[in-house]
Amino acid sequence: MIALLKRDLVLALRAGGGFGLGLAFFLIVTVLVPFSVGPQSALLGTIAPGVLWLGALLACLLSLDRLLALDWEDGTLDLLATAPLPLESVVTIKALAHWLATGLPLVLAAPVLGVLLNLPGPGFLWMVISLALGTPALSVIGTFGAALTVGLKRGGLLLSLLVLPLYVPTLIYGAEVARRGAEGMTVATPLMMLAGISAAVIALLPFASAAVLRVNLR
Amino acid sequence: MSISTRLNALWEYANPRKFLATTERVLPVLWLLTAVTLIGGLVWGFFFTPDDYRQGSTVKIIYIHVPSAFLATSAWFMMLITSLVWLIRRHHVSALASRAAAPIGAVMTLIALVTGAIWGQPMWGTWWEWDPRLTSFLVLFLFYLGYMALWEAIEDPDTAADLTSVLCLVGSVFAVLSRYAVYFWNQGLHQGASVLRAGAVAGTDTTEKVSNVYAYPLLLSMAGFFLLFVALVFYRTGTEIRARRIKALLARERVNG
Repeated sequence: MIALLKRDLVLALRAGGGFGLGLAFFLIVTVLVPFSVGPQSALLGTIAPGVLWLGALLACLLSLDRLLALDWEDGTLDLLATAPLPLESVVTIKALAHWLATGLPLVLAAPVLGVLLNLPGPGFLWMVISLALGTPALSVIGTFGAALTVGLKRGGLLLSLLVLPLYVPTLIYGAEVARRGAEGMTVATPLMMLAGISAAVIALLPFASAAVLRVNLR
Repeated sequence: MSISTRLNALWEYANPRKFLATTERVLPVLWLLTAVTLIGGLVWGFFFTPDDYRQGSTVKIIYIHVPSAFLATSAWFMMLITSLVWLIRRHHVSALASRAAAPIGAVMTLIALVTGAIWGQPMWGTWWEWDPRLTSFLVLFLFYLGYMALWEAIEDPDTAADLTSVLCLVGSVFAVLSRYAVYFWNQGLHQGASVLRAGAVAGTDTTEKVSNVYAYPLLLSMAGFFLLFVALVFYRTGTEIRARRIKALLARERVNG
């Protein structure tokens, strides 16, 4: 399992896949927002939590179609399926690698970009916490979408269409935590919902992803 | 007959031949009933109910809006059940019925959204509001689109049935989650459930509800929409079975010829 995780991470770092791409996309979105909505710092401060969350979500979405497709094309996935490791663990590791390569850099970059968007002081902590709790769920849900569409040529558009509605609850609660935090309100309820969704998704969805992958590898 | 043997008899309809024979016998009656209730409910609702004192004649949108919204969710629920049956018992008719229901459900969702917008413009002064009910229907519509797109994208029919079934199960969980999430996110303009409450019709429950003058034709047109849905699903499932058969015959021809 650790070998697989190492391999995926090394591939992500060296092949210029999700790692740089997601982060660059996140940077571009946040830097371009002030140009499109205007430089009023009060307005930017109000929309900053939502913009950062949306940017992080889209950056995650961007790298999903490479998550399993490359391994599918060169046959690695068939080997992994026949390996002694259960397929559920394989998809969990894949999701973890995706999170480490895409989600974690986003979490770390968010406070820096928050400065650019004039995020209010108390918002920084909650921005980081909500992204740290929410992006793992985005990676796991994305892995399910990638497993559904892995055998398809040009599955990218379909993948986004399938994953989009599945991202709605995470986005709502995550952005709500960040917004309430930035406004200095109490965040307990959305924070618990966000954590609950992440925990449930990480615990259950790998089984669905593995089942779907088995069908696709048949 | 005991209950379990009755239930076992239900599975006979999983045989495509039996399903086709039965639906062919039932369908003409079903179409007739659909026409009577649907036309009856709509004509009664449109021409023989008074205008609302505040909403004027726009209140009559209710006879399309409420039934289509009701079926939009019912169709997804039916797909959930048929998907489960396919995953557990591998009956092809079940998977095909699920496939047949999806476009109908999507159209019903779209009708509910469009009539809602047409109704919302004069009443709320806006075509669209990010109200929880409206938002959950938009999300539901996206689920339908994704489900149908996945069916179309995969060539092997059994693989497609498996994948869409799993998507339907996972999607159902997320649809419920989204519903609660959007209620948390925004309190809306849309009124709560005000039609199907037994206490309200009998008069014991006095919170706001649709007046009985409107409720009876509404119930009739809901029954009409429901029958229309059942008839269309039977009809489309039959078409899917025949299309599958033609494909099988052509394949056999190619092997033999």
